[in-house]
Amino acid sequence: MSTDKPELKRKHSLAHILRENSAVQGIALISPTAIYMLIFIVLPMILVAVLSFMSRGTYGNVVYEFNFQNYVRLVDPLYFRILLYSLGVGLATMVFTIMIGYPLAYFIARSPARKRSFYLFLILLPFWTNFIIRIYAWIMILRTQGLLNTVLLDLGLIQDPLEILYTPTAVLIGMVYEFLPFMVLPLYTSLEKIENAQMEAAADLGARPWKVFLRVTLPLSVPGMIAGSILVFIPAMGMFVVPDLMGGAKTVLVGNVIRNQFLTSRDWPFGAAASMLLMILTLAFTLYYTRKAGFGEELLV
Amino acid sequence: MNKYKLFALGLTLSILLAACGGGGPASDNVLNLYAWSEYVPQQLLDNFTEQTGIEVNYDTYSSNEELMAKLQAGASGYDVVIPSDYTVTIMINQGLLEPLDKTQISNFSNIFDTLTGLSYDPQNDYTVPWQWGTSCLVVDTGKVTRPITKWADLWDPEFEGKVVLLDDEREVLGMVLSVLGYDKNSTDPQQLEEAKQKLLELMPNVKLFDSDSPKTALLAGEVWLGQTWNGEAALAHMENPDIQYIIPEEGCTVWYDNLAIPKDAPHYNAAMQFINFVLDPQESILITYEFPYSNPNRAALELLQTEDPQAYDAYMNFPATNPSADDMSRLKMIQDVGDATALWDRIWTEVKGGE
Repeated sequence: MSTDKPELKRKHSLAHILRENSAVQGIALISPTAIYMLIFIVLPMILVAVLSFMSRGTYGNVVYEFNFQNYVRLVDPLYFRILLYSLGVGLATMVFTIMIGYPLAYFIARSPARKRSFYLFLILLPFWTNFIIRIYAWIMILRTQGLLNTVLLDLGLIQDPLEILYTPTAVLIGMVYEFLPFMVLPLYTSLEKIENAQMEAAADLGARPWKVFLRVTLPLSVPGMIAGSILVFIPAMGMFVVPDLMGGAKTVLVGNVIRNQFLTSRDWPFGAAASMLLMILTLAFTLYYTRKAGFGEELLV
Repeated sequence: MNKYKLFALGLTLSILLAACGGGGPASDNVLNLYAWSEYVPQQLLDNFTEQTGIEVNYDTYSSNEELMAKLQAGASGYDVVIPSDYTVTIMINQGLLEPLDKTQISNFSNIFDTLTGLSYDPQNDYTVPWQWGTSCLVVDTGKVTRPITKWADLWDPEFEGKVVLLDDEREVLGMVLSVLGYDKNSTDPQQLEEAKQKLLELMPNVKLFDSDSPKTALLAGEVWLGQTWNGEAALAHMENPDIQYIIPEEGCTVWYDNLAIPKDAPHYNAAMQFINFVLDPQESILITYEFPYSNPNRAALELLQTEDPQAYDAYMNFPATNPSADDMSRLKMIQDVGDATALWDRIWTEVKGGE
C-alpha cells in the first residue's frame, strides 16, 4: 500500500495542474487533434517537400540527391497553360455554383425555421451515395442514347440527339453538380444571419425590393460567397475524376499532371514538386482572400 | 480505483489472448492476393479455400505502376501479385520478387511451351503465366460499313468524334509510332515528335480516352471503333455480335500477365500452393469463363473442348481470344523506356493539354 502513495500523489498533482493552469489545459485539449495533424498531415507534407528535391532513377525509383531540377522543369509554358486552364475550370465552376446556389440558399434562409433543417438535409442527401456512382448516373443521363436525349426526342423537342457527354459542357455540369453544396451551405450561413429588421428598415426608408437586395442583402452575404468560392474553387482546380469520366479524358488539368507522375510515369519527385507548387499557390490565394475579407466563421460550415 | 484496475487487467488479458489466439495459427492460413480488378474469379478463390483451408484476401490495383508503387514502398504484406511483362523486368531489376520454388509447381507443364521462358523471365525463375492478351482494333460493323484493316483507318475524317482510345500513353503513342512505321518502344525524340503531330491530327476523331471500360462507349453506340483490350472486346462481342476485333496491319500490343511472389512475402508456402492451384485445368477454366482473355493453359483449353465444346469454339474462333499465327507475328510487347519515360509523358501531356 505504501508504494501506491507517491504515485497517487503525483496523479493528484497532475490533476491539480490541469485544474488550475489554463495554458496546460489548452495544450491537453488540443493535443489529440495536434498529434493527429502532426502524424497524418504535417509529416506526409514534409515527406512530399523532401521528395520534390530528389530525382527519378531509370526504373522509376527515387534517387536521393538534392537538386532543383523538378522545379526548373515546372517553369514551362506547357504547365503554365495547364495551370491557366485549370484556373478557368475552377472559376467557371465557381461562377455557376454561385448563380445556381445563391437563389437556393436565399430561399432556404428565408423559409420558416422548422423547414430549414429539412431543406439542408436534402442538400446533403446526395453525399450518402458514393461520388463516382453519382458521376456514372450523370453519364447514363447525358449519353447519346441516354435518359435526357430519349425524353427530349420522345417529346419532339429535338430532332437529333444532343451530343453532351465527353464535351466541356459535360465537365461543367459534373463539376457544378459536385460542388454546389459547398457553395450553398456557407451562403446560407451568411444569409440566415441577416435580420429581417435590417431589410424592413431599408424598406421603411423607401428602398424598393431590388434595391434592398443590392444594398443590404448582397453586401451582407459577401463573406459567405467568398467562403463558398474558396471551398469550391480550390478542389475544383485539382479535380481530375470529372474531366476524365465525363469529359472523355481529353484534357489535362493540374490534378491529372500530378496523378500521372505517380501512376503512369513513376516520377514521384516531379509529382511531388508539382503538388508543392499547387499547394503554395492555393495557400497564397486563401491567405489573400481571408485577409481581405476578414472572416472565418463561414468557412467552418 | 479498483474498478479501473480490473478494467485495465481485463483489457490487457483480452489483448494478449487476441494476439495468441488470432495471430498464431491463423497466420499460416491466409493468403494476401494483390491483383488487377475484375481479374480473379471469386469461385476460384472459394475453391482454393475449400481445398486448402487458406483464406484469401483479394486487394486490387488498376495499373502496373500502382502495383510497383506499393511494392517499392516496402513490406506490403502481399503474397501473390500479377504483374505484366515489362513490369516483371523492372521488378526483377529492383529485386522486388522472390524466386519461385519450382519443385512445388507440378502443374507448370500445363502451360503452352510457347508461353514459357519469355524474354522478361527466360527461365521462369520468378513468374508463371496467368493470362495473356492483346490491345488491338475494335470495330462495330453495324455502324462502320467499309472494311477496316489498319490503324491508319482511324484517321479517316468520316469517323469524326467516333473513336475511343485507351487512356494509356504507352498504348496510344505506341500505336501512332507503329502507324508511322517506327518501333512502338522508341526513345528517339525525333520520332516521338512526329508521333505527337500525327496524334494531334487524330484528336478531332477521338471521342474519349478510356482504359477502364472502353467497351461501354462502344456498346452504348457512343463510338464506332477504336482501341481496346481483347477481353473487353470478347465481352462486347457476346453482347453485340456486330462488334469485331481486328489485329491491324501495323500490328498491336501483346501483353503477358504473370503470377509472382513479392520479396519477403509473409506466406510464401501458401503463395506457392496458390500458384500451383491456379494452373490446375479445372480451376483455370473458371478464369476463361468469367474474364475471356487468352488462357496460357493448354490442359485447360483441352478440358474446355471436351466439357463445353460450344464455349471452346467461341474461344478458338474469335481473334480477341485466339489470334491466328499470322496475327501473332504482328504483335509486339511494350518495353520499359527507362529515362525516356519523362519524354513520353511530356508528349502525352502536350497532346492532351497543349492547345
